[in-house]
Amino acid sequence: MYDFTYQRAVSVDDAAAKVEGADDAMLMAGGMTLLPTLKQRLAQPSDVVDLSGISGLAGISVEGDKVVVGAMTTHATVAASADVKSKIPALADLADGIGDPQVRNRGTIGGSIANNDPAADYPSACVGLGATIVTNQREIAADDFFTGLFETALDDGEVVTAVKFPTPSKAAYMKFPNPASRYAIVGVFVAQGSDGVRVAVTGAGQDGVFRASEMESALASNFSADAVANISVPEGDLNYDIHASSEYRAHLVTVMAKRAVNKAG
Amino acid sequence: MTHSVSMTVNGKSVSGEVESRTLLVQFLREHLRLTGTHVGCDTSQCGACVVHKDGQSIKSCTILAAQCDGADVTTIEGLADGDTLHPMQEAFRENHGLQCGFCTPGMVMSALDLVKNNPDPSEKEIREWLEGNICRCTGYHNIVKSIKAGAGSMR
Ligand SMILES: Cc1cc2nc3c(=O)[nH]c(=O)nc-3n(C[C@H](O)[C@H](O)[C@H](O)COP(=O)(O)OP(=O)(O)OC[C@H]3O[C@@H](n4cnc5c(N)ncnc54)[C@H](O)[C@@H]3O)c2cc1C
Ligand code: FES
Ligand code: FES
Repeated sequence: MYDFTYQRAVSVDDAAAKVEGADDAMLMAGGMTLLPTLKQRLAQPSDVVDLSGISGLAGISVEGDKVVVGAMTTHATVAASADVKSKIPALADLADGIGDPQVRNRGTIGGSIANNDPAADYPSACVGLGATIVTNQREIAADDFFTGLFETALDDGEVVTAVKFPTPSKAAYMKFPNPASRYAIVGVFVAQGSDGVRVAVTGAGQDGVFRASEMESALASNFSADAVANISVPEGDLNYDIHASSEYRAHLVTVMAKRAVNKAG
Repeated sequence: MTHSVSMTVNGKSVSGEVESRTLLVQFLREHLRLTGTHVGCDTSQCGACVVHKDGQSIKSCTILAAQCDGADVTTIEGLADGDTLHPMQEAFRENHGLQCGFCTPGMVMSALDLVKNNPDPSEKEIREWLEGNICRCTGYHNIVKSIKAGAGSMR
Protein backbone atom coordinates (compact mmCIF):
# COMPACT_ATOMS: atom_id res chain seq x y z
CA MET A 1 0.00 0.00 0.00
CA TYR A 2 1.31 3.48 -0.83
CA ASP A 3 1.43 5.69 2.23
CA PHE A 4 -1.10 8.45 2.77
CA THR A 5 -2.14 10.74 5.58
CA TYR A 6 -4.90 9.32 7.72
CA GLN A 7 -7.30 11.93 9.04
CA ARG A 8 -10.31 11.46 11.26
CA ALA A 9 -13.23 13.78 10.59
CA VAL A 10 -15.31 14.96 13.56
CA SER A 11 -18.27 16.24 11.53
CA VAL A 12 -19.55 16.12 7.97
CA ASP A 13 -18.42 19.73 7.45
CA ASP A 14 -15.01 18.82 8.81
CA ALA A 15 -14.80 15.85 6.40
CA ALA A 16 -15.68 18.11 3.46
CA ALA A 17 -13.13 20.70 4.61
CA LYS A 18 -10.42 18.03 4.99
CA VAL A 19 -11.09 16.77 1.46
CA GLU A 20 -11.06 20.33 0.15
CA GLY A 21 -7.78 21.07 1.95
CA ALA A 22 -5.91 18.00 0.68
CA ASP A 23 -4.31 17.33 -2.69
CA ASP A 24 -6.25 14.23 -3.53
CA ALA A 25 -8.20 12.87 -0.58
CA MET A 26 -10.59 9.93 -0.43
CA LEU A 27 -13.33 9.42 2.11
CA MET A 28 -13.36 6.17 4.06
CA ALA A 29 -16.45 4.57 5.56
CA GLY A 30 -16.14 0.85 6.41
CA GLY A 31 -13.00 0.54 4.30
CA MET A 32 -14.15 -2.83 2.95
CA THR A 33 -13.75 -1.67 -0.63
CA LEU A 34 -11.32 1.20 -0.17
CA LEU A 35 -8.62 -0.68 1.77
CA PRO A 36 -8.45 -3.68 -0.60
CA THR A 37 -8.21 -1.15 -3.46
CA LEU A 38 -5.32 0.63 -1.74
CA LYS A 39 -3.62 -2.66 -0.93
CA GLN A 40 -3.60 -3.51 -4.61
CA ARG A 41 -2.25 -0.05 -5.41
CA LEU A 42 -5.20 0.70 -7.63
CA ALA A 43 -5.51 4.15 -6.04
CA GLN A 44 -3.02 6.51 -4.47
CA PRO A 45 -4.84 9.16 -2.43
CA SER A 46 -2.76 11.77 -0.60
CA ASP A 47 -5.15 11.58 2.35
CA VAL A 48 -7.76 9.18 3.67
CA VAL A 49 -10.52 10.94 5.59
CA ASP A 50 -12.26 8.57 8.01
CA LEU A 51 -15.98 9.17 8.52
CA SER A 52 -16.35 6.66 11.36
CA GLY A 53 -15.83 9.17 14.17
CA ILE A 54 -18.71 11.41 13.09
CA SER A 55 -21.64 11.07 15.45
CA GLY A 56 -25.10 10.93 13.97
CA LEU A 57 -24.14 9.38 10.62
CA ALA A 58 -24.97 5.83 11.72
CA GLY A 59 -28.44 4.73 12.70
CA ILE A 60 -31.94 4.04 11.41
CA SER A 61 -35.10 6.05 11.99
CA VAL A 62 -38.65 5.95 10.74
CA GLU A 63 -39.96 9.32 9.52
CA GLY A 64 -43.58 9.12 8.40
CA ASP A 65 -43.73 6.58 5.57
CA LYS A 66 -39.96 6.61 5.11
CA VAL A 67 -37.18 4.56 6.62
CA VAL A 68 -34.07 6.71 6.91
CA VAL A 69 -30.75 4.89 7.04
CA GLY A 70 -27.67 6.92 8.00
CA ALA A 71 -24.74 6.63 5.60
CA MET A 72 -22.43 4.99 8.17
CA THR A 73 -24.98 2.31 9.14
CA THR A 74 -23.39 -1.10 8.65
CA HIS A 75 -24.96 -3.91 6.65
CA ALA A 76 -25.21 -5.95 9.89
CA THR A 77 -27.19 -3.17 11.58
CA VAL A 78 -29.62 -2.87 8.67
CA ALA A 79 -30.05 -6.65 8.59
CA ALA A 80 -30.84 -6.77 12.33
CA SER A 81 -32.97 -3.62 12.57
CA ALA A 82 -36.50 -4.19 13.89
CA ASP A 83 -37.69 -1.08 12.01
CA VAL A 84 -36.27 -2.25 8.69
CA LYS A 85 -37.56 -5.80 9.22
CA SER A 86 -41.09 -4.57 9.89
CA LYS A 87 -41.27 -1.78 7.27
CA ILE A 88 -39.09 -3.12 4.44
CA PRO A 89 -38.15 -6.76 5.14
CA ALA A 90 -36.69 -7.03 1.62
CA LEU A 91 -34.07 -4.44 2.56
CA ALA A 92 -33.07 -6.31 5.74
CA ASP A 93 -32.87 -9.46 3.66
CA LEU A 94 -30.66 -7.81 1.06
CA ALA A 95 -28.29 -6.46 3.71
CA ASP A 96 -28.09 -9.89 5.34
CA GLY A 97 -26.91 -11.40 2.05
CA ILE A 98 -23.99 -9.02 1.47
CA GLY A 99 -20.57 -10.69 1.55
CA ASP A 100 -19.90 -12.37 4.87
CA PRO A 101 -20.45 -11.52 8.56
CA GLN A 102 -17.18 -9.61 8.91
CA VAL A 103 -17.86 -7.57 5.76
CA ARG A 104 -21.35 -6.84 7.12
CA ASN A 105 -19.90 -5.74 10.47
CA ARG A 106 -17.82 -3.01 8.81
CA GLY A 107 -19.27 -2.21 5.36
CA THR A 108 -21.78 0.65 5.17
CA ILE A 109 -24.67 1.66 2.96
CA GLY A 110 -23.05 5.02 2.19
CA GLY A 111 -19.83 3.35 1.07
CA SER A 112 -21.66 0.79 -1.00
CA ILE A 113 -23.72 3.28 -2.98
CA ALA A 114 -20.89 5.83 -3.34
CA ASN A 115 -18.73 3.06 -4.76
CA ASN A 116 -21.49 1.87 -7.14
CA ASP A 117 -19.93 -1.46 -8.00
CA PRO A 118 -22.00 -2.89 -10.87
CA ALA A 119 -22.43 -6.11 -8.85
CA ALA A 120 -23.29 -4.47 -5.51
CA ASP A 121 -26.64 -5.16 -3.89
CA TYR A 122 -27.74 -1.82 -2.43
CA PRO A 123 -28.03 0.12 -5.71
CA SER A 124 -30.90 -2.20 -6.69
CA ALA A 125 -32.77 -1.47 -3.44
CA CYS A 126 -32.27 2.28 -3.86
CA VAL A 127 -33.56 2.27 -7.44
CA GLY A 128 -36.17 -0.45 -6.78
CA LEU A 129 -37.70 1.42 -3.88
CA GLY A 130 -37.34 4.86 -5.45
CA ALA A 131 -35.10 6.04 -2.59
CA THR A 132 -33.64 9.49 -2.13
CA ILE A 133 -29.92 9.89 -1.45
CA VAL A 134 -29.19 12.69 1.01
CA THR A 135 -25.80 14.41 0.88
CA ASN A 136 -24.25 17.35 2.69
CA GLN A 137 -25.29 19.46 -0.31
CA ARG A 138 -28.58 18.19 -1.70
CA GLU A 139 -31.05 15.35 -2.15
CA ILE A 140 -30.69 13.15 -5.22
CA ALA A 141 -33.28 10.69 -6.53
CA ALA A 142 -31.80 7.19 -6.81
CA ASP A 143 -32.78 7.18 -10.50
CA ASP A 144 -30.35 10.08 -11.04
CA PHE A 145 -27.67 8.99 -8.56
CA PHE A 146 -26.18 5.89 -10.21
CA THR A 147 -24.68 7.22 -13.43
CA GLY A 148 -22.46 4.38 -14.67
CA LEU A 149 -19.81 1.82 -13.82
CA PHE A 150 -18.42 2.93 -10.42
CA GLU A 151 -19.82 6.38 -11.25
CA THR A 152 -22.35 8.41 -9.28
CA ALA A 153 -23.77 11.92 -9.34
CA LEU A 154 -21.60 12.82 -6.32
CA ASP A 155 -19.23 15.76 -6.74
CA ASP A 156 -15.72 15.74 -5.28
CA GLY A 157 -15.90 16.00 -1.52
CA GLU A 158 -19.68 15.53 -1.48
CA VAL A 159 -20.59 13.27 1.43
CA VAL A 160 -23.57 10.92 1.47
CA THR A 161 -25.26 11.38 4.85
CA ALA A 162 -28.35 9.16 4.57
CA VAL A 163 -30.68 7.22 2.30
CA LYS A 164 -34.45 7.70 2.60
CA PHE A 165 -36.46 4.66 1.56
CA PRO A 166 -40.22 4.97 0.99
CA THR A 167 -42.09 2.04 2.55
CA PRO A 168 -43.45 -0.19 -0.23
CA SER A 169 -46.67 -2.19 0.00
CA LYS A 170 -44.64 -5.20 -1.09
CA ALA A 171 -41.08 -5.86 -2.14
CA ALA A 172 -38.50 -8.61 -2.47
CA TYR A 173 -34.90 -9.05 -3.56
CA MET A 174 -33.50 -12.18 -5.14
CA LYS A 175 -29.88 -12.60 -6.09
CA PHE A 176 -27.86 -15.21 -7.81
CA PRO A 177 -24.61 -14.74 -5.92
CA ASN A 178 -21.11 -15.30 -7.13
CA PRO A 179 -20.24 -18.32 -4.98
CA ALA A 180 -16.85 -16.89 -3.98
CA SER A 181 -17.55 -13.24 -3.20
CA ARG A 182 -21.36 -13.20 -2.77
CA TYR A 183 -21.54 -10.18 -5.06
CA ALA A 184 -24.51 -10.39 -7.40
CA ILE A 185 -24.01 -12.15 -10.72
CA VAL A 186 -27.60 -11.01 -11.09
CA GLY A 187 -29.83 -9.45 -8.45
CA VAL A 188 -33.39 -8.25 -8.98
CA PHE A 189 -35.28 -5.97 -6.62
CA VAL A 190 -39.02 -5.78 -7.19
CA ALA A 191 -41.28 -3.35 -5.32
CA GLN A 192 -44.84 -2.12 -5.48
CA GLY A 193 -45.32 1.27 -3.88
CA SER A 194 -47.20 4.54 -4.16
CA ASP A 195 -45.53 5.36 -7.49
CA GLY A 196 -46.26 1.99 -9.04
CA VAL A 197 -44.11 -1.08 -9.64
CA ARG A 198 -40.35 -0.88 -9.94
CA VAL A 199 -37.95 -3.59 -11.05
CA ALA A 200 -34.26 -2.82 -10.53
CA VAL A 201 -31.54 -5.12 -11.80
CA THR A 202 -27.97 -5.23 -10.49
CA GLY A 203 -24.99 -7.38 -11.41
CA ALA A 204 -26.04 -7.65 -15.02
CA GLY A 205 -25.86 -4.25 -16.68
CA GLN A 206 -22.72 -2.92 -18.34
CA ASP A 207 -23.43 0.46 -16.76
CA GLY A 208 -24.52 -0.92 -13.39
CA VAL A 209 -28.02 -0.95 -11.97
CA PHE A 210 -30.94 -0.42 -14.39
CA ARG A 211 -34.73 -0.61 -14.40
CA ALA A 212 -36.44 -3.34 -16.40
CA SER A 213 -39.26 -1.15 -17.70
CA GLU A 214 -41.03 -3.83 -19.73
CA MET A 215 -41.30 -5.96 -16.59
CA GLU A 216 -42.52 -2.95 -14.62
CA SER A 217 -45.44 -2.32 -16.95
CA ALA A 218 -46.37 -5.99 -17.11
CA LEU A 219 -46.39 -6.21 -13.30
CA ALA A 220 -48.38 -2.99 -12.97
CA SER A 221 -51.33 -4.67 -14.64
CA ASN A 222 -50.74 -8.16 -13.25
CA PHE A 223 -48.43 -8.59 -10.26
CA SER A 224 -47.54 -12.23 -10.76
CA ALA A 225 -44.52 -14.29 -11.78
CA ASP A 226 -46.34 -15.29 -14.96
CA ALA A 227 -46.44 -11.67 -16.06
CA VAL A 228 -42.64 -11.51 -16.32
CA ALA A 229 -41.97 -15.12 -17.33
CA ASN A 230 -41.75 -14.28 -21.03
CA ILE A 231 -39.97 -10.97 -20.75
CA SER A 232 -36.24 -10.87 -21.19
CA VAL A 233 -33.86 -7.95 -21.10
CA PRO A 234 -31.67 -7.33 -24.18
CA GLU A 235 -28.48 -9.38 -23.87
CA GLY A 236 -26.43 -6.83 -25.78
CA ASP A 237 -26.49 -4.42 -22.83
CA LEU A 238 -25.34 -7.01 -20.30
CA ASN A 239 -21.99 -7.85 -18.77
CA TYR A 240 -20.00 -10.93 -19.55
CA ASP A 241 -17.00 -12.23 -17.64
CA ILE A 242 -15.50 -15.50 -16.42
CA HIS A 243 -18.47 -16.00 -14.13
CA ALA A 244 -21.31 -15.68 -16.63
CA SER A 245 -21.99 -14.82 -20.28
CA SER A 246 -24.45 -12.06 -21.20
CA GLU A 247 -26.83 -14.71 -22.47
CA TYR A 248 -26.76 -16.48 -19.11
CA ARG A 249 -27.16 -13.19 -17.25
CA ALA A 250 -30.20 -12.30 -19.39
CA HIS A 251 -31.72 -15.66 -18.52
CA LEU A 252 -30.99 -15.13 -14.82
CA VAL A 253 -32.65 -11.70 -14.82
CA THR A 254 -35.98 -13.27 -15.81
CA VAL A 255 -35.57 -16.14 -13.32
CA MET A 256 -34.63 -13.83 -10.44
CA ALA A 257 -37.48 -11.46 -11.35
CA LYS A 258 -39.98 -14.32 -11.23
CA ARG A 259 -38.65 -15.48 -7.88
CA ALA A 260 -38.68 -11.95 -6.47
CA VAL A 261 -42.29 -11.42 -7.55
CA ASN A 262 -43.28 -14.73 -5.94
CA LYS A 263 -41.45 -13.84 -2.78
CA ALA A 264 -43.02 -10.37 -2.62
CA GLY A 265 -46.37 -12.15 -2.71
CA MET B 1 2.62 10.20 8.50
CA THR B 2 2.88 8.49 11.91
CA HIS B 3 0.34 8.23 14.69
CA SER B 4 0.58 7.20 18.32
CA VAL B 5 -2.03 4.58 19.05
CA SER B 6 -3.12 3.01 22.31
CA MET B 7 -5.53 0.15 22.61
CA THR B 8 -6.40 -2.78 24.82
CA VAL B 9 -5.30 -6.09 23.34
CA ASN B 10 -6.27 -9.27 25.18
CA GLY B 11 -6.93 -7.24 28.31
CA LYS B 12 -3.57 -5.44 28.33
CA SER B 13 -3.00 -1.79 27.46
CA VAL B 14 -0.59 -1.45 24.57
CA SER B 15 0.62 1.49 22.55
CA GLY B 16 2.89 2.17 19.62
CA GLU B 17 3.79 4.39 16.70
CA VAL B 18 2.24 3.40 13.39
CA GLU B 19 2.18 4.75 9.86
CA SER B 20 -1.15 5.86 8.42
CA ARG B 21 -1.13 2.79 6.19
CA THR B 22 -0.33 0.27 8.96
CA LEU B 23 -3.11 -2.31 9.13
CA LEU B 24 -4.36 -3.59 12.46
CA VAL B 25 -3.04 -7.05 11.56
CA GLN B 26 0.45 -5.62 10.98
CA PHE B 27 0.31 -3.84 14.31
CA LEU B 28 -0.68 -7.09 16.02
CA ARG B 29 1.87 -9.28 14.28
CA GLU B 30 4.83 -6.99 13.72
CA HIS B 31 4.64 -4.55 16.63
CA LEU B 32 3.10 -6.74 19.32
CA ARG B 33 4.49 -10.05 17.98
CA LEU B 34 1.06 -11.65 18.31
CA THR B 35 1.53 -13.88 15.31
CA GLY B 36 -1.49 -16.10 15.92
CA THR B 37 -3.55 -13.80 13.71
CA HIS B 38 -2.73 -14.75 10.12
CA VAL B 39 -2.81 -13.10 6.72
CA GLY B 40 -4.02 -15.42 3.99
CA CYS B 41 -4.98 -13.06 1.18
CA ASP B 42 -4.87 -9.47 0.04
CA THR B 43 -8.48 -9.29 -1.08
CA SER B 44 -10.27 -9.34 2.31
CA GLN B 45 -11.83 -12.70 1.52
CA CYS B 46 -10.12 -15.46 3.51
CA GLY B 47 -10.83 -14.62 7.17
CA ALA B 48 -7.48 -15.91 8.51
CA CYS B 49 -7.08 -12.49 10.14
CA VAL B 50 -10.37 -12.35 12.06
CA VAL B 51 -10.13 -10.76 15.53
CA HIS B 52 -12.70 -9.13 17.75
CA LYS B 53 -12.82 -5.35 17.99
CA ASP B 54 -15.15 -3.87 20.58
CA GLY B 55 -17.01 -7.18 20.74
CA GLN B 56 -17.50 -7.77 17.00
CA SER B 57 -15.61 -10.05 14.63
CA ILE B 58 -13.75 -8.11 11.95
CA LYS B 59 -11.03 -8.70 9.39
CA SER B 60 -7.92 -7.14 10.91
CA CYS B 61 -6.38 -6.89 7.43
CA THR B 62 -9.06 -4.43 6.39
CA ILE B 63 -8.87 -1.78 9.09
CA LEU B 64 -6.08 0.67 9.86
CA ALA B 65 -4.27 0.46 13.18
CA ALA B 66 -4.80 4.22 13.50
CA GLN B 67 -8.57 3.63 13.36
CA CYS B 68 -8.30 1.33 16.38
CA ASP B 69 -6.96 3.95 18.76
CA GLY B 70 -8.86 3.38 22.01
CA ALA B 71 -10.34 0.07 20.84
CA ASP B 72 -10.67 -3.17 22.76
CA VAL B 73 -9.20 -6.01 20.68
CA THR B 74 -9.18 -9.74 21.34
CA THR B 75 -7.00 -12.10 19.32
CA ILE B 76 -6.64 -15.88 19.39
CA GLU B 77 -3.87 -15.46 22.00
CA GLY B 78 -6.43 -13.93 24.36
CA LEU B 79 -8.66 -16.99 24.62
CA ALA B 80 -6.82 -19.67 26.59
CA ASP B 81 -6.55 -19.46 30.35
CA GLY B 82 -2.90 -20.32 30.89
CA ASP B 83 -2.51 -23.90 29.68
CA THR B 84 -6.23 -24.50 29.59
CA LEU B 85 -7.61 -24.02 26.11
CA HIS B 86 -10.83 -22.09 25.58
CA PRO B 87 -13.73 -24.55 25.06
CA MET B 88 -13.94 -23.56 21.38
CA GLN B 89 -10.21 -24.21 20.90
CA GLU B 90 -10.55 -27.50 22.76
CA ALA B 91 -13.46 -28.48 20.51
CA PHE B 92 -11.34 -27.89 17.39
CA ARG B 93 -8.61 -30.09 18.90
CA GLU B 94 -11.01 -32.85 19.93
CA ASN B 95 -12.89 -32.91 16.63
CA HIS B 96 -9.96 -32.71 14.25
CA GLY B 97 -11.15 -29.25 13.15
CA LEU B 98 -7.79 -28.37 11.68
CA GLN B 99 -5.10 -29.79 9.49
CA CYS B 100 -2.39 -27.24 8.67
CA GLY B 101 -3.96 -24.80 11.13
CA PHE B 102 -3.51 -21.68 9.03
CA CYS B 103 -7.20 -20.78 8.93
CA THR B 104 -7.89 -21.92 12.50
CA PRO B 105 -7.38 -18.68 14.48
CA GLY B 106 -9.83 -16.90 12.16
CA MET B 107 -12.27 -19.82 12.30
CA VAL B 108 -12.25 -19.84 16.11
CA MET B 109 -12.64 -16.05 16.41
CA SER B 110 -15.42 -16.03 13.85
CA ALA B 111 -17.17 -18.98 15.56
CA LEU B 112 -17.10 -17.17 18.91
CA ASP B 113 -18.89 -14.18 17.39
CA LEU B 114 -21.58 -16.50 16.03
CA VAL B 115 -22.05 -18.30 19.34
CA LYS B 116 -22.28 -15.01 21.25
CA ASN B 117 -25.56 -14.18 19.50
CA ASN B 118 -26.66 -17.70 18.71
CA PRO B 119 -25.63 -20.13 21.48
CA ASP B 120 -27.04 -23.20 19.71
CA PRO B 121 -26.43 -22.72 15.98
CA SER B 122 -27.62 -25.31 13.47
CA GLU B 123 -25.23 -26.82 10.95
CA LYS B 124 -26.76 -24.60 8.26
CA GLU B 125 -26.29 -21.47 10.36
CA ILE B 126 -22.67 -22.40 11.03
CA ARG B 127 -21.97 -22.99 7.35
CA GLU B 128 -23.59 -19.69 6.40
CA TRP B 129 -21.68 -17.85 9.10
CA LEU B 130 -18.37 -19.22 7.80
CA GLU B 131 -18.89 -17.55 4.42
CA GLY B 132 -15.90 -15.29 5.11
CA ASN B 133 -13.55 -17.99 6.42
CA ILE B 134 -11.74 -20.07 3.84
CA CYS B 135 -10.00 -23.37 4.63
CA ARG B 136 -7.83 -25.07 2.04
CA CYS B 137 -7.43 -28.33 3.96
CA THR B 138 -10.34 -29.73 5.88
CA GLY B 139 -13.32 -29.54 3.57
CA TYR B 140 -15.06 -27.73 6.45
CA HIS B 141 -16.88 -30.79 7.74
CA ASN B 142 -14.89 -31.11 10.95
CA ILE B 143 -14.79 -27.35 11.43
CA VAL B 144 -18.58 -27.30 11.50
CA LYS B 145 -18.55 -30.27 13.88
CA SER B 146 -16.03 -28.50 16.12
CA ILE B 147 -18.09 -25.34 16.30
CA LYS B 148 -21.22 -27.29 17.17
CA ALA B 149 -19.33 -29.09 19.93
CA GLY B 150 -17.64 -25.89 21.13
CA ALA B 151 -20.99 -24.11 21.28
CA GLY B 152 -22.34 -27.06 23.27
CA SER B 153 -19.60 -26.94 25.86
CA MET B 154 -19.96 -23.16 26.20
CA ARG B 155 -23.71 -23.33 26.96
C1 LIG C 1 -15.06 -10.19 0.68
C2 LIG C 1 -16.05 -9.12 0.31
C3 LIG C 1 -17.31 -9.48 -0.15
C4 LIG C 1 -18.24 -8.51 -0.50
N1 LIG C 1 -19.46 -8.92 -0.95
C5 LIG C 1 -20.38 -7.99 -1.30
C6 LIG C 1 -21.67 -8.39 -1.77
O1 LIG C 1 -22.03 -9.57 -1.81
N2 LIG C 1 -22.53 -7.41 -2.13
C7 LIG C 1 -22.21 -6.08 -2.05
O2 LIG C 1 -23.04 -5.24 -2.39
N3 LIG C 1 -21.01 -5.68 -1.60
C8 LIG C 1 -20.09 -6.60 -1.23
N4 LIG C 1 -18.87 -6.17 -0.75
C9 LIG C 1 -18.60 -4.74 -0.65
C10 LIG C 1 -19.03 -4.22 0.71
O3 LIG C 1 -20.43 -4.18 0.80
C11 LIG C 1 -18.45 -2.83 0.99
O4 LIG C 1 -18.67 -2.64 2.35
C12 LIG C 1 -19.05 -1.67 0.27
O5 LIG C 1 -19.04 -1.78 -1.11
C13 LIG C 1 -18.29 -0.41 0.57
O6 LIG C 1 -18.68 0.07 1.80
P1 LIG C 1 -17.65 0.61 2.84
O7 LIG C 1 -18.45 1.23 3.93
O8 LIG C 1 -16.72 -0.44 3.23
O9 LIG C 1 -16.94 1.80 2.03
P2 LIG C 1 -15.41 2.17 1.80
O10 LIG C 1 -14.65 1.02 1.30
O11 LIG C 1 -14.90 2.87 3.00
O12 LIG C 1 -15.60 3.25 0.66
C14 LIG C 1 -15.97 2.87 -0.67
C15 LIG C 1 -15.99 4.13 -1.56
O13 LIG C 1 -17.07 4.98 -1.20
C16 LIG C 1 -16.63 6.28 -0.81
N5 LIG C 1 -17.47 6.66 0.33
C17 LIG C 1 -17.65 5.93 1.46
N6 LIG C 1 -18.57 6.52 2.26
C18 LIG C 1 -18.97 7.64 1.63
C19 LIG C 1 -19.92 8.66 1.94
N7 LIG C 1 -20.64 8.62 3.07
N8 LIG C 1 -20.10 9.67 1.06
C20 LIG C 1 -19.38 9.70 -0.10
N9 LIG C 1 -18.48 8.78 -0.45
C21 LIG C 1 -18.28 7.74 0.40
C22 LIG C 1 -15.16 6.10 -0.50
O14 LIG C 1 -14.45 7.28 -0.74
C23 LIG C 1 -14.76 4.99 -1.42
O15 LIG C 1 -14.46 5.50 -2.69
C24 LIG C 1 -17.91 -7.13 -0.39
C25 LIG C 1 -16.65 -6.75 0.09
C26 LIG C 1 -15.72 -7.73 0.45
C27 LIG C 1 -14.39 -7.29 0.96
S1 FES D 1 -6.06 -11.83 5.43
FE1 FES D 1 -7.57 -12.67 4.13
S2 FES D 1 -9.36 -11.68 4.88
FE2 FES D 1 -7.81 -10.78 6.08
S1 FES E 1 -6.62 -26.25 8.22
FE1 FES E 1 -5.32 -25.68 6.62
S2 FES E 1 -6.36 -23.96 5.81
FE2 FES E 1 -7.77 -24.73 7.22
